[in-house]
Amino acid sequence: MISPNEIQIDRDKGNFHYQTDYEFDAGVGLSEDVVRYISNIKEEDKWLLDFRLRALSIFERKPLPTHWSSRDLENIDFDVIRYYLSKGQKPSRTWDEVPDDVKETFERLGIPEQERKFLAGVEAQFDSEAAYSRMKGDLEEKGVIFVGSTEGLKDHPEIFKKWFGKVIPSSDNKFSALNSAVFSGGSFIYVPPGVKLEQPLQAYFRINAENFGQFERTLIIADEGAEITYMEGCTAPKFETSTLHSAVVELVALKGAKIQYITVQNWSNNVFNLVTKRALAQEEAEVRWIDCNIGSRLTMKYPGVILQGRKARGEVLSIALANEGQHQDTGAKMVHAADETSSNVISKSISIGSGRTTYRGLVKIPGHLKKCKNNTECDGLLINSDSETDTYPAITVQGDDNSVQHEASVSKVSAEQIFYMQQRGLSESDAMSMCVNGFVNDLIREFPMEYSVELKRLIDLEMEGSVG
Amino acid sequence: MSSLKIENLSASIDEKPILNQLDLELPKGEVHAIMGPNGSGKSTLSKVLAGHPEYQPSEGSALLDGEEILGLEPDQISRLGLFLAFQYPVEVPGVSIANFIRAALNSRMPDDEDFKAVDYYKRLYQKMDDLGMSRKFTSRSLNDGFSGGEKKRCEVLQMMMLEPKYCILDETDSGLDIDALRVVAAGVNKMRSKERGILVITHYQRLLEYIVPDKVHVLWDGKIVRSGTKELAVELENRGYDWIKEEVAA
Repeated sequence: MISPNEIQIDRDKGNFHYQTDYEFDAGVGLSEDVVRYISNIKEEDKWLLDFRLRALSIFERKPLPTHWSSRDLENIDFDVIRYYLSKGQKPSRTWDEVPDDVKETFERLGIPEQERKFLAGVEAQFDSEAAYSRMKGDLEEKGVIFVGSTEGLKDHPEIFKKWFGKVIPSSDNKFSALNSAVFSGGSFIYVPPGVKLEQPLQAYFRINAENFGQFERTLIIADEGAEITYMEGCTAPKFETSTLHSAVVELVALKGAKIQYITVQNWSNNVFNLVTKRALAQEEAEVRWIDCNIGSRLTMKYPGVILQGRKARGEVLSIALANEGQHQDTGAKMVHAADETSSNVISKSISIGSGRTTYRGLVKIPGHLKKCKNNTECDGLLINSDSETDTYPAITVQGDDNSVQHEASVSKVSAEQIFYMQQRGLSESDAMSMCVNGFVNDLIREFPMEYSVELKRLIDLEMEGSVG
Repeated sequence: MSSLKIENLSASIDEKPILNQLDLELPKGEVHAIMGPNGSGKSTLSKVLAGHPEYQPSEGSALLDGEEILGLEPDQISRLGLFLAFQYPVEVPGVSIANFIRAALNSRMPDDEDFKAVDYYKRLYQKMDDLGMSRKFTSRSLNDGFSGGEKKRCEVLQMMMLEPKYCILDETDSGLDIDALRVVAAGVNKMRSKERGILVITHYQRLLEYIVPDKVHVLWDGKIVRSGTKELAVELENRGYDWIKEEVAA
């Protein structure tokens, strides 16, 4: 049964913005002063300010990783970006309290409606801060925490400080360092032992200002036996100038816990989307990343799982669609660090027009481990004659009791398939859409129903105009 | 105006001429058969009529109920009422039969109309039962991993669901055993009507015992060289094609 479209992730729907007054503005460019400004208005403790400053110097020292990644990174002008803009510090708990102009943005995107209908909680971030954040009452009683990064570290340090920056250290890469210096917003979530959330928690990220960098920081801790599904969506208006989104997401799944993290990324084509996402999975825990990348100018994202405990399981399901002028550079990292762990990576990419998709997959299983398994499948579909796709698997497996399976394919929609479908009455572009949807079908089925309907629609939209 | 009328049709593929001023008329309400040796252009004829982009007609016309179909997009021709049951149906992974047929039906309906899922499935299952197809096939990917017989049945299923005005069956009997042949033929026979013209392209006379034609044509050297009754098919079966080739050459 298909429910009506609740989630609007049509890129043009998000193509609007308006002049608004920002109470807090760190100015243009990055410096120690900017970092201090941010830490100051958030009234952070000294340890956190020091953390930020150390990260800043790491960022300044590290070169761009262009020796292996896209040279387009060189087009990011760090000096013209605004690193912090917000209208206020505290998110409202009811939509009525949210300032009208911000509220209107989210209503146009359909957020309050979804929340009413099927979410356990929502956080809506507008530029640097959350405008709205609320969670269903009974979850609070159970001890679930769902707050922003600032609140999380300030009000619940005993829970979050322990893991903050441990899954992804500032020095991991240039962009995790940048995020660690100027992060703001994002979700800090804690689920107590045995608590299984039946409905998902959702976050929505919205860029409104021009030349703006968004740096949200998320940390989710699922205690022993806990279960949580978290979804995030994002949009930005189309600006002439580029914008930067550099997020860090850390997940910790303690013994027997399950975390499912779903992202539908639909930034406009001027956004550099550089994200570091990693999970720690302890004994018998399961982490599943479901990642869909449709927008942005350049996305670099390799969700990873470190399988720390026996029988832990990690999974990455990824759909990437690169249209004219886009580059989706995505993949996965599976690091096995305990016996009987298993990992599964399924990546499906579609390149339209001059779009380019890249798959980078890291799989590491050291020799002293036993009974570990990895399965990787990466499939690329090329629509036009100038479309591109490339694959860089980096698999290191040792020992005599582990197994790895890797399958890759590249295909195109054949003229015979299109003719066959047209002979039944489908127009050329409908036939194309159907083939593409067929290609990603078994992955789309893994998304929650509301997203899968909308994703299909979004793919159809991208296909229009790719034909002929 | 109630026929598929082909006049003076010439067509080539990769600049190699295959059809040479071919004339043929298929009136509504009749079943015609086209037979001919390999390479005579039988499949080319069906592809040209269906609007395949690689088969360029260089002259002539094909009128479907008075409307010219040469030069139209394949989907336009389909919506005007032409159905082609392919000799080698292509595989479309990830697209289920149920969804595909539904999309095909939808493409013929005006934008604001829709049909009820319940009615659709009722009809679909009925036709599948008639064809001896397991209902599980509805969720299988179109032609993906199907045997030859299963593919042909799927073609006839689509034809029964779309209810076209003119059907071209391109060597529908190839790859079928006797039982499958009987079932498929029964399906096609069910589609006979005063409002429908059926063109059966076949190599072997055997199919024509089950789908009895009103007229039989022989295609050779790019055109129809001989037409007759169903007895002509029997004669070809017994004597082969050489005698016709000789007659034409003389």
